Amino acid sequence: MSIASIHQHNTQIDELEQIQYILNQFQHNLPVSCTPYADMASQLGMQEEALLELLRELKSSKIISRIGAVFKPNRVGVSTLAAMAVPENRLEAVANIISAYPAVNHNYEREHHFNLWFVVTAETSQKLNNILENMQDKTGIMILSLPMEKDYHIDLGFPLQLVEYKTK
Amino acid sequence: MINERELIAQLQNGLPLVSRPYAEIARQINSSENEVIEYIQLMQERGDIKRFGIVVRHRLLGYTSNAMVVWDINDDKVDELGQCFGQFDFVTLSYRRPRHLPDWPYNLFCMIHGRDREDVLNKLQVLINNCHAENIPHSVLFSKTCFKQRGAVYIQNSRTKETA
Repeated sequence: MSIASIHQHNTQIDELEQIQYILNQFQHNLPVSCTPYADMASQLGMQEEALLELLRELKSSKIISRIGAVFKPNRVGVSTLAAMAVPENRLEAVANIISAYPAVNHNYEREHHFNLWFVVTAETSQKLNNILENMQDKTGIMILSLPMEKDYHIDLGFPLQLVEYKTK
Repeated sequence: MINERELIAQLQNGLPLVSRPYAEIARQINSSENEVIEYIQLMQERGDIKRFGIVVRHRLLGYTSNAMVVWDINDDKVDELGQCFGQFDFVTLSYRRPRHLPDWPYNLFCMIHGRDREDVLNKLQVLINNCHAENIPHSVLFSKTCFKQRGAVYIQNSRTKETA
């Protein structure tokens, strides 16, 4: 390794460490002040514009999906986890039909007899039921609707470990 | 008076990356920066907002494996186990959901994220050992294809963009 490439490698690790730190600090508790990014930047020892630039980069490279609010399920509208047992040869076609509904956010194939799992959200339970019925009509496949009954833990933010080996 | 629906739609889309993002949101929904900030604080206090911050895409950060682990546990034991699972930081969700007999006997769901299958299975073993779940029937549903993933959109309006 040349000195230049070692330097570049170490710079990349420094950048990754900085990104890891930012993501871990601010998956929760984004400042709710007039200038949240300036507040974050001062906590991080950075300039506001440099932080905004970094966040824009992380967003355009799709590492960050957004900076915003995760709402408690069923506080704002209603939602359910839905499952279908789709014959293997129809899976992609059915998944595409389901994904096309704006009311669907997550839609995953999982390893099980019930192999397609998706979350449906709507403003009211009446609207939610209409959407589920419409999906069953369109696909001819029965939906298992498993709404949350009790929430023991929701977070979706967890400590990230991006830098495993520090070579400096 | 602030329009709650419009504010929620904006917050689902995410804060703009500008110096005064709440002022920018206020402009979009014909409100004021102060009103927006106060209303977000109110929703945080009421518990409507569970988390306010950066939402990352785990798959792109190397957390490529996730499993939904589902458990068939006696109704009088489900709270205890659900709370125990929720204490571990690699468990992102722990929910009770209804059974659908005979097709679906499971009533407790937890989500485990990891770098690969082995990592997820090791974490599952940690849960089983610590929460004394050795004898509880369960099934591990690893994710395969991700067809769609984005933040929940409860309220559709003209400003709510699809960002699948």
